[in-house]
Amino acid sequence: MVGAACALYAARAGLDVRVVDRGPVAGGTTGAGEGNLLVSDKEPGPELELALLSARLWAELAEEPGTAMEYEPKGGLVVASTPGALAALRDFTAGQRTAGVTAVPVGADRLRELEPHLAPGMAGGVHYPQDAQVMPALAAARLLRASGARTHLGHTVTGVLRTADGTVYGVRTDRGDIHAPAVVNAAGTWGGELAALAGVRLPVLPRRGFVLVTEPLPRMIRHKVYAADYVADVASDSAALRTSPVVEGTAAGPVLIGATRERVGFDRSLSLPAVRALAAGAIALFPFLERIRALRTYAGFRPYLPDHLPAIGPDPRAPGLFHACGHEGAGIGLAPGTGRLIAQALTGGAPELDPVPFRPERFDTDGGDAR
Amino acid sequence: MAERPRLAVVGAGPAGLAAALTAAARGVQVVLVDAADQAGGQFYRQPAAALGARRPRALHHQWRTWERLRAGLERHREAGRITALTDHHVWCVARDPASGAFGVHALRGPAQDEGTVVRADAVLLATGGYERVLPFPGWTLPGVVTAGGAQAMLKGGLVLPGRTAVVAGTGPLLLPVATGLAAAGARVAALVESAGPAALLRRAPALAAQPGKLAEGAGYAARLLRHGVRVLPRSAVVAAHGTGRLDAVTVAALDRDGTLRPGGTRRIRCDTLAVGHGMLPHTDLAETLGCTLSGTSVRVDAEQRTDVPGVWAAGEATGVGGAALALAEGHIAGGSAAARLHGTATDPRRWAAAARARTRLREFATALDAVYAPPAGWADRVPDDTVVCRCEEVTAGEVRGAVELLGAGDLRTVKLLSRAGMGWCQGRMCAPAVAGLTGCPLTAGRRPLARPVPLGVLAGLPDTNAGLPDTDPGLPDTDPGLPVTDTGRAMADAGHPVTDTGLPSADAGPPETGVDRPDTDGDRLGPDTKRPGADPVPPETD
Ligand SMILES: Cc1cc2nc3c(=O)[nH]c(=O)nc-3n(C[C@H](O)[C@H](O)[C@H](O)COP(=O)(O)OP(=O)(O)OC[C@H]3O[C@@H](n4cnc5c(N)ncnc54)[C@H](O)[C@@H]3O)c2cc1C
Ligand SMILES: Cc1cc2nc3c(=O)[nH]c(=O)nc-3n(C[C@H](O)[C@H](O)[C@H](O)COP(=O)(O)OP(=O)(O)OC[C@H]3O[C@@H](n4cnc5c(N)ncnc54)[C@H](O)[C@@H]3O)c2cc1C
Repeated sequence: MVGAACALYAARAGLDVRVVDRGPVAGGTTGAGEGNLLVSDKEPGPELELALLSARLWAELAEEPGTAMEYEPKGGLVVASTPGALAALRDFTAGQRTAGVTAVPVGADRLRELEPHLAPGMAGGVHYPQDAQVMPALAAARLLRASGARTHLGHTVTGVLRTADGTVYGVRTDRGDIHAPAVVNAAGTWGGELAALAGVRLPVLPRRGFVLVTEPLPRMIRHKVYAADYVADVASDSAALRTSPVVEGTAAGPVLIGATRERVGFDRSLSLPAVRALAAGAIALFPFLERIRALRTYAGFRPYLPDHLPAIGPDPRAPGLFHACGHEGAGIGLAPGTGRLIAQALTGGAPELDPVPFRPERFDTDGGDAR
Repeated sequence: MAERPRLAVVGAGPAGLAAALTAAARGVQVVLVDAADQAGGQFYRQPAAALGARRPRALHHQWRTWERLRAGLERHREAGRITALTDHHVWCVARDPASGAFGVHALRGPAQDEGTVVRADAVLLATGGYERVLPFPGWTLPGVVTAGGAQAMLKGGLVLPGRTAVVAGTGPLLLPVATGLAAAGARVAALVESAGPAALLRRAPALAAQPGKLAEGAGYAARLLRHGVRVLPRSAVVAAHGTGRLDAVTVAALDRDGTLRPGGTRRIRCDTLAVGHGMLPHTDLAETLGCTLSGTSVRVDAEQRTDVPGVWAAGEATGVGGAALALAEGHIAGGSAAARLHGTATDPRRWAAAARARTRLREFATALDAVYAPPAGWADRVPDDTVVCRCEEVTAGEVRGAVELLGAGDLRTVKLLSRAGMGWCQGRMCAPAVAGLTGCPLTAGRRPLARPVPLGVLAGLPDTNAGLPDTDPGLPDTDPGLPVTDTGRAMADAGHPVTDTGLPSADAGPPETGVDRPDTDGDRLGPDTKRPGADPVPPETD
């Protein structure tokens, strides 16, 4: 997804773009996740800014011809089951609002107007009209096509070409070299390996997630719905929100429930505790789901960096190398903003956002992974 | 465990039965789990009537084998050495890496909405196979069924004498289906086989090594003749016609290279078309356990062991080759599992005869495979507007577009970009067609849930690795007994509450009907594949 968005905006900035992938389109994490475009789950900060920029860009992209990708600006509904959780949620939204998020409080009595099948007895919630949805694989395929970039699918990058002074001038693939003055690393969970080919360190690690997909149903769930539960983090004396899986109906009929978060390396085998947690979380929100059948479940590996922010921008350690990876559980949502920042970096344009928090070399300079 | 070690055998077809009997005879406690309402699997599910009064020797022999297996099963059940759990649809087998124990998770009840788990020390997968059907214009019309679907019609006594059937596709299974339909009183207008007689001849040496098999084939040929069934070799059904229901098919003659022979088409009137293009192994449970597959089959060693400790596989799941091969493999697997569970050395001499039969029958199967391949160029003949994935109503054109326009490169990305294979059957039905249309290699799909599972069942799992409760739940004390007739089952089920979900019943209803069981096996072609349960009776009965 991220590579497709970079290709699109770079091509629109007038560059000649080639896209290399060892697999097919959407064969990586993009084809194994969900397409929530969320602002609701983000606290004020650089990620939220990137999400808000991206949300605007997604809406624009969806208007363009030839980009049918099941974009649905359906909005999110975050619900709190207890008064304590509701209070925490309200505090959280206060901060979000100052950052530009639209967050509308919903009283307990009005929750079921928005979601008629929601479990009774919830304390209240917040409606986020900016939350939206795309079908990730289609979105990646459509943006890639819209970019007009030449694609080299099924080609594996085996090396990054560098001159004696370290400047990057292209990539080596298993099917020949491709020369270019700029190389963008959009290898997602494998971004660390690609960086290593250029001799630089980028500590991208996999974080597994499972998704459950039900049988197709008539539309019973209208928004992206998830529960916010209040968890006091005693040690740091700060309050964090713990969220349950996002439950939503899709245009095609199935209900999607996802996703779990575990650090278990690249282990793809079915985790019954993970699907159990997803099912239980979804039923707690929508009791009717108890009888609905899950047709399938799948796992993907989110690319995460130690500080949970992506790496976006030029790498001063290898001139000519740019990174656009490590978006963890939000790479679909953050893709267009990332593409724009990369295009601006490639062409020397003024960045639309402060790029400093996303600097790829920050793990070397700011105290490494401990940050 | 102070008790005898426990082996769970999933699938009570020839392979699973042979394995269960062998293991039980060697002191293993066996739990035999099957989705169907009786033991027997695909082959022994054949109604006696289909075998006719004057059975050819080969068939008679098989019937006797079946009676022996059934008697053995009864004996072991009475002695408490085998617990047979019918109507148990296994949706997942999980292994606890710490203890090595297995949780065999199944759904039961008339609506398959009750979860249950069996703990086992070892697992033997004998899940058989499912039919491959390739699309052509009109294949979704009511009246078009799979070969196995026709078999189910026979079983339910649903073939009314007077119906006119065509049996088409490729493979040795078409013969018993045609003779079965004819014996049950249908008029079989033609048996359309895309392989030619010359192809059979080319493989003559390997085939001739199997006199029993040839006799079986000859028996069928004689019966076809007796029933006046016209056999059309090197031909294919290229279209089914009808408004609302099948009334005719177009049959085209093929050239030696599989292309259509100009001017070689004819129209045949019929109200039933049974199509099949061979079988594919069921590998979902094995794949989820982490067993290595080779091609589309579970890979096993000489003892029928998979590469996951404690997991054996036998029969069609490890490669398609007929009932006799399944029996031989099951016997070996059961013997090996018993020895390993007792911690004794395995002694291949104990199954030497079965091993010899296995070698011979595998060679035979390989030869047949080469003969009965779908005709070259079939995929190019599927027009863009033909529906390929019935669950999601995806056309051949959309499938091609996913590759040509959107950059898909394997079955998974074709599915993501076209929705082909995302529906109820999870691509079991359309994956071979999609592979053919796109040129992507046919790989076994990854389906961690082998059956659709109610979320309530998932939510109720114990929070452990293999989904096993802390203490062994023991074996269900309700061994429903064998054989169970359909009526008996229906009566037992009658008292079962079906809870209201607030949804229209068609949406929440049981995913399968009592008549034509495994939807997920893809052996039904009726229009209700999209909403199983919406229609309690297969469309062929209307
Ligand atoms: C279960 C789950 C749910 C998720 N839900 C959401 C969600 O709701 N919303 C959201 O925004 N995000 C979600 N995510 C996260 C999102 O999927 C990822 O952040 C995003 O897909 C990352 O995109 P990418 O383009 O960086 O990586 P990828 O899609 O993995 O693309 C990287 C590509 O690089 C290629 N590559 C790697 N190495 C090489 C090489 N050496 N040579 C050539 N090619 C190479 C790979 O083949 C791959 O195609 C979810 C993730 C998971 C696992
Ligand atoms: C129409 C037709 C005609 C045939 N005619 C002949 C013939 O004339 N001669 C011949 O040699 N062979 C014939 N065969 C092939 C023969 O039926 C198979 O070779 C044989 O049955 C394979 O045995 P098996 O034990 O491997 O699998 P099967 O007999 O298919 O048994 C597998 C069992 O596993 C069960 N199962 C699968 N998955 C699950 C699950 N998830 N949970 C619970 N249970 C599960 C199924 O319900 C089934 O009972 C025919 C097949 C068909 C379809």
